[in-house]
Amino acid sequence: MRPNDCKFLKSHEWCKIENGVATIGITDYAVSHLSDLVFLDLPKQGASVTVGESFGEIESVKAVSSLYSPVSGEVVAVNKELPDHLEWLGEGPFTKAWMLKVKVTAQSPDLMNTAAYEAHCTAEG
Amino acid sequence: MHATALESTHIALGARMVPFAGWSMPVQYRPILDEARTVRTKAGLFDLGHMGRVKVHGRHAEAFLQRLQTNDVAAIPPGRIRYAMILNAQGLTQDDILVYRNPKNDGFFVVINAGNTERDLGIMRDVAKGFDVVVEDCTRALGMIAIQGPLSQQITQRFCKGDLATVKYYGWIDTEVCGIPMTLSRTGYTGEDGFEVYVPNGHEKKVWDAFFEAGSKDGMTAIGLGARDTLRHEAGMPLYGHEIDETTNPLEAGLDWAVKMNHDFVGKQALEQVLQKGGTGRKLVGLVSDGKRCPRQGYPLVANGQQIGHVCSGSISPTLETNIATAYVRTEFTAPGTKLEFLVRDKAEPCTVRELPFYKRAK
Repeated sequence: MRPNDCKFLKSHEWCKIENGVATIGITDYAVSHLSDLVFLDLPKQGASVTVGESFGEIESVKAVSSLYSPVSGEVVAVNKELPDHLEWLGEGPFTKAWMLKVKVTAQSPDLMNTAAYEAHCTAEG
Repeated sequence: MHATALESTHIALGARMVPFAGWSMPVQYRPILDEARTVRTKAGLFDLGHMGRVKVHGRHAEAFLQRLQTNDVAAIPPGRIRYAMILNAQGLTQDDILVYRNPKNDGFFVVINAGNTERDLGIMRDVAKGFDVVVEDCTRALGMIAIQGPLSQQITQRFCKGDLATVKYYGWIDTEVCGIPMTLSRTGYTGEDGFEVYVPNGHEKKVWDAFFEAGSKDGMTAIGLGARDTLRHEAGMPLYGHEIDETTNPLEAGLDWAVKMNHDFVGKQALEQVLQKGGTGRKLVGLVSDGKRCPRQGYPLVANGQQIGHVCSGSISPTLETNIATAYVRTEFTAPGTKLEFLVRDKAEPCTVRELPFYKRAK
């Protein structure tokens, strides 16, 4: 189910870079481990994000987790409807639950391909 | 990592298992808020095999317990239970515990927090020096299963010997469940009616299945530690590591009702000094917040731009349908209705002080 054209961070964010623009979200693994999501805080269009720094927060019934950016650059689009439809994260974490589109100026050196990410998830259990 | 006798049962039920105080425990089987609603409206079954369980007996058992903890053990009748705290010499909380006087009056039983079991046993063995007393760790010799919720009595009565209606709140009896002798208490950590049974090792699965067989048709389900935390928080019950820990004393935590100054316990002198000074300048309060953000442990609380406290526990409350929190705040900000703000990533969100508990069941 995890797409082959995405790159992943160990902290379970994914990005897919096309024509210099990265689409960013979180993986099915993250969604199933957070469970019972209640709140999502995303940056506004025009904000800038930085590799390895928090770009937002996601809150479940029991915990708050930071979301880490796989790329640096300017936010050119935000999935504004997603905070009101957190169920999309369960239904389509790599499709309709995308979070941001960022005009990429730098990428994290730690991005993994799908096979490496699968191995990472297996190791985390 | 320790596992209770029911670990494979939880996994078969689809539980998400997490490490908790050195034990692999079910945090949830279903969405946490749904599980909490099941306990408030029907009944839920909990594996509490991780809790520490200690038998105390011998000639000086009562005198030993009087020294160890804050409540007045001499005033506990046979077959009854009291909530209490173990303090250090500075009057700060080492654990909160339940002290049971055996129904036959031949000793005591103490239930302690999983995360504090080793430390508590060390404290107990220290205090026991000079007393003719046996402190017997039976955490591994006994399992512990709880049923909580308004249907608890009718479900349990279907397979438990004896008339459960005669067991008072914070009372316990020797009984038989599935033909196996064991003890049962009318206690819990949810704010609902319910029972906890102490199951001889090896019989946990049989007892768990008996509950399920008797309760499933009434909508009883297994409940994880996630919902247990939400339920105890709504009911205003403290959790060690949140409302109480080795930086707090029971007076500021609002637990003075569990401290009886008529006997000489460890930490008493320190509490007397606190009382003489008129308190520590802070108190534990409840907070409600109607915004989207939930106050969480450690978040600062501010009034007029000044930090005046911090959050101990925060939950989304399925029963009150709002966000709830407990917090230590400076005494002048403790009046119900006081408007405060909590900081989420330096963003201020409004909240209001209210009395604890948030939830009290209709009796």
